[in-house]
Amino acid sequence: MTQRFRDLLALEPLPADELTFLLDQSKPFQEIQRHPLKKLATLRGKTVALAFFENSTRTRISFGTAASRLGADTMNLQAEASSLKKGESLLDTVHTLDAMKPDCLVMRHASSGAADFVAQHLDIPVINAGDGTHEHPSQGLLDALTIRDRLGTIENLNVTILGDLQHSRVARSNIHLLGKFGCRFTLCGPAMWVPRELEKIGGAGVTIRRVFRIEEALEGADVALVLRVQTERQHEPSISAEDYVLGYQLDAARLRRAKPGAIILHPGPMNRGIEITPEVVDGPQSCVLEQVTNGVAVRMALLFLLISGTDEDGTHPMAEAAPEKSRRSTDEKDPSHAAR
Amino acid sequence: MLLVKNGRVIDPATNTDAPRDILIEGEKIVEVAQPESVQAAPGAEVFDATGLIVAPGFIDIHAHLREPGQESSETIETGTRAAARGGFTAVCCMPNTKPVNDNASVTRFIVDRAKAHGNVRVWPIGAASVGSKGEAIAEIAAMKEAGIVAVSDDGKPIATAKLARQVMEYCRSLNLLVIEHAEDISLAAGAAMREGVTSTRLGLRGMPAAAESVCVARDVQLAELTGARLHVAHLSAKASLEQVRSAKSRGLHVTCEVTPHHFTLIDEDVTYDSRFKMNPPLAAREDREALLAGLVDGTVDAIATDHAPHEPALKDVEFDKAPFGVLGFETALSLGLEQLVHSGRISLMRMVELFTAGPARVLGMERGIAAGQPGDLTIISLDHSWTYKVKESASKSRNSPFDGRTFKGAPMATIVAGRVVHKR
Repeated sequence: MTQRFRDLLALEPLPADELTFLLDQSKPFQEIQRHPLKKLATLRGKTVALAFFENSTRTRISFGTAASRLGADTMNLQAEASSLKKGESLLDTVHTLDAMKPDCLVMRHASSGAADFVAQHLDIPVINAGDGTHEHPSQGLLDALTIRDRLGTIENLNVTILGDLQHSRVARSNIHLLGKFGCRFTLCGPAMWVPRELEKIGGAGVTIRRVFRIEEALEGADVALVLRVQTERQHEPSISAEDYVLGYQLDAARLRRAKPGAIILHPGPMNRGIEITPEVVDGPQSCVLEQVTNGVAVRMALLFLLISGTDEDGTHPMAEAAPEKSRRSTDEKDPSHAAR
Repeated sequence: MLLVKNGRVIDPATNTDAPRDILIEGEKIVEVAQPESVQAAPGAEVFDATGLIVAPGFIDIHAHLREPGQESSETIETGTRAAARGGFTAVCCMPNTKPVNDNASVTRFIVDRAKAHGNVRVWPIGAASVGSKGEAIAEIAAMKEAGIVAVSDDGKPIATAKLARQVMEYCRSLNLLVIEHAEDISLAAGAAMREGVTSTRLGLRGMPAAAESVCVARDVQLAELTGARLHVAHLSAKASLEQVRSAKSRGLHVTCEVTPHHFTLIDEDVTYDSRFKMNPPLAAREDREALLAGLVDGTVDAIATDHAPHEPALKDVEFDKAPFGVLGFETALSLGLEQLVHSGRISLMRMVELFTAGPARVLGMERGIAAGQPGDLTIISLDHSWTYKVKESASKSRNSPFDGRTFKGAPMATIVAGRVVHKR
């Protein structure tokens, strides 16, 4: 199959088979991260607009790296330099970017639904790189890919998510992806950050429960997803770091409640010593750096599929990027790799 | 002279549901009688209402006409044209204009503009506090002289319990209605919609139902303390309605209104489309059920549109950055028929009451179809099929969640002071 959507705005509406397809499509791009020469010419001549209306380091660099490894050029809009600071509307700003004829827009924005809103007004594919407290679909995909690599499956797992659930777009994307594969979720954090409505966001058949004791929440977990405490997105009074550490920090003793082979994910950036101890971050169960590597692969797959995946014969770029050919595929003069 | 003949008069004030001819002379009704028994002078204008309902002129107790100050979104002329198209013969305009209608000169400006350019009657509502800032009491007595029919800090609540108490004491002495936009600002801060599963899914900050009902509880107790006439604007929550029901049963002068969008839509209908953003926000399914029950059992006194135009440049933004408010005039009657009458929930008589005698009583007036009453009539078809196209709206704005909806039943003509101001 090929993907049926034009934009990637959220994982919630995607059925399981499309999610599996996206994960499968990322596989060959994981290979390329291990090559000495990582650059393809697949998207040569294409331009990816990176519009990060909200500050971001890793996601912006990850998408930028993904684009450049596919041979695409990028144009960058960063929050601090953006005309939004001068009072221009979001719509005018993206129309201006669009007039420079990019082939795809990757955008992050502090308002939930902003990518959805922009996609209604643009003809080019839009990839949501995080919208407010709604979704972060590429993060959900890279997390699932990491879990599948480590545990061999994403089906029927016990997934414990720790921290500020209310403001987490990462948690929502994870729930909407893994929930379609029978995973059960345990949400744990200070009660005012874990609203009861979250138990119902997965729709029918997805088990989501709230637990306020971390030891109980980790019992039998296959995956622990640790969220960063996001001070910038909180409206209500925060709780003290001391209280947080006392109640919700993932440390080695608490981790022993989980299954022996349980893995730990963190979307970053991390506050070592707050939501997670250094010992656990750097321990064998931690996948945080694999997540980052997989992030580039997932984003390469998304850019490839949305920019060129549906036209021509659908040849997978990796058909021409097998190790012995990798040198050739970086040959900028060879037009045969320039998919449209 | 205007003779409206062959219509079926539905008038809750006189409890009339019968064929009647109505003769209007000058600005007033002079005769209501059996068909063919009214003698109009030769040359009198005749409106043939055969097959149509003839109701007292509809009154919208809650609207925003945006003039003075925000004329790119609406003016008194365009707003009242939209009101006429919706069957309204009188609209009460909220004071949150620029400048705020908190003094007699702004009130007079509105009254004068309405006389010169209005298509229907305009009854201004004055601010309760200076600038609606919740500090000092506005010059309410002077505004009353100039023509206000009530006070409100609509757009926000009267800021503190103490000020609300003082405004109620003062308005009681002036025999003036206090209309409250009930909202606990701290509970609602930063919210873009109602808190619930949908807001949690969409990642939009939600306000709980309690943001409204906490303030209603405050105001009902202050109405009890002061004896003031309190009217709860755009009531949306079940818990608020229960407060009003209980206040009424205790004999307090507490009334409330419900908007067509709140009795039609719920929070689950919200998408990232800012045409679904208003305040109070679309409520939960059980709230809507409670509102419908309140419309049936009489707890709700009036249907009010909260017509709140915002020009496209203001609304075509990120959902959380868009201003609150939706258009209301042109779809209110048809939504009332669709949701309340055609669905069998209430009688046509009761619906007409919610648009006429109900809001009139809230304002301390009596309105019906009888000799001596103003010559204001709303002529309705129960089965006229039509599709609302917001781009053809008389309003200057386009922010309606009902664009493209097909309705059965419509206002066919609007008569104000004996003059046909709109005919479909």
